[in-house]
Amino acid sequence: MKFIDEYRDERTAQLYSRALSRIVTRPWTIMEVCGGQTHSIVKFGIDELLPSAVTLVHGPGCPVCVTPLELIEKAIELASMQNVIFCSFGDMLRVPGESKDLLSVKAAGGDVRILYSPLDALKIATENPEREVVFFAVGFETTAPANAMAVYQAKRQGIRNFSILVSHVLVPPAMEAILSFPDTKVQGFLAAGHVCAVMGYVEYEPIADKYKVPIVVTGFEPLDILQGIYMCVRQLEEGRAKVENQYSRSVRKEGNLPARKIISEIFRVVPRKWRGVGEIPQSGLGLQEAYAEFDAELRFGVAGRTIDEPAECISGLILQGLKKPHECSAFGTRCTPEHPLGATMVSSEGACAAYYHYRRRNN
Amino acid sequence: MCLAVPGKILSIEGSDPLFRSGRVSFGGIIKNINLAYVPEAKVDDYVLVHVGFAISIIDEAEAMQVFEYLRQMGELAELEEGGTQ
Ligand code: SF4
Repeated sequence: MKFIDEYRDERTAQLYSRALSRIVTRPWTIMEVCGGQTHSIVKFGIDELLPSAVTLVHGPGCPVCVTPLELIEKAIELASMQNVIFCSFGDMLRVPGESKDLLSVKAAGGDVRILYSPLDALKIATENPEREVVFFAVGFETTAPANAMAVYQAKRQGIRNFSILVSHVLVPPAMEAILSFPDTKVQGFLAAGHVCAVMGYVEYEPIADKYKVPIVVTGFEPLDILQGIYMCVRQLEEGRAKVENQYSRSVRKEGNLPARKIISEIFRVVPRKWRGVGEIPQSGLGLQEAYAEFDAELRFGVAGRTIDEPAECISGLILQGLKKPHECSAFGTRCTPEHPLGATMVSSEGACAAYYHYRRRNN
Repeated sequence: MCLAVPGKILSIEGSDPLFRSGRVSFGGIIKNINLAYVPEAKVDDYVLVHVGFAISIIDEAEAMQVFEYLRQMGELAELEEGGTQ
């Protein structure tokens, strides 16, 4: 496919790998923020093409992985209600809650539906006026325009039996949180290309300045990632810490202005808990007052409940880049994609699942 | 989860900017995609699509820069190597 295949060319990848070896003089540690990039890196073996001095750590980059246990429990509670049609992206269904997941609610007769787009939930709501339709609005900034549009259209069209359970997280505050950890190893970032396609990259400039880290907005194909790493290492070697854009075919500095406008119409910035990391201030989106009627937590009275994370899973340390998946004692034995203990094993973009699928032999 | 896939716009419908949509081909698989966030997109443009929404128009000129950048570096390295001989 155009705009995919050409960025997987092996010979060019080798050239990037050689170019990198020429400029590296010291060890560097770089974090890729987005789970989509983690998936590509492990799948295509990009980390194996790098000089040994360059280490990649896998960041918190998957909204499925960081959705806290209590929201999963709320989702399960809503999905179990008689009159509710609970709609979600597919990868949320197997995220383990305290004792079950959404898939088992579905198996027990709950009306749980997997959708491609939040707009499909609006359609279901119009077709089933006597039922309540709840959409599990999970995502980074990338997904916010879609979820915001669903709410915007619901209000405009007067669709009253529609609401969303919001679990939106924002990337820049999480990057700051990672840089503030006392044992953080991260010296540079590959920022998530699709998040920046929506938001642009101006908001990363103060982070690069304050923490003296280069941040390179990077795409998802192997050559994108290799170029992103090259640009990041080059800055590190030259002692620069700037925001650069590797993914210029899709990312503009100001992002997507019409999308940003609707996001700020519907959502406001709120504190949010990240699974495995804890609460990060100003790191999530919640509905604006004016759209509170579409908030499923308020509508069904499940707001304000909190649950602690199980101690066994070390996904928190993995999400912070302090440990690799195979260093977890449950990895591949008690914890597998079929029976995940933690969220990073559930989503195909989670670091544990990526290692499980592509690296079992090596570990 | 943030997967976004490039596709080519085959046709565009709807005059209300918020409901503008189009048929988009992903290597032959055709889907109906919301185009509200790419108001300037035209038929034959490639757009980046995430959960049913186009979030960006792909800039065909910028698409070559991955290769351009490498070429420039290669020339730079040759120049430097030439200089030290
Ligand atoms: S292997 Fe399973 S238990 Fe271990 S950190 Fe990963 S998700 Fe958690």
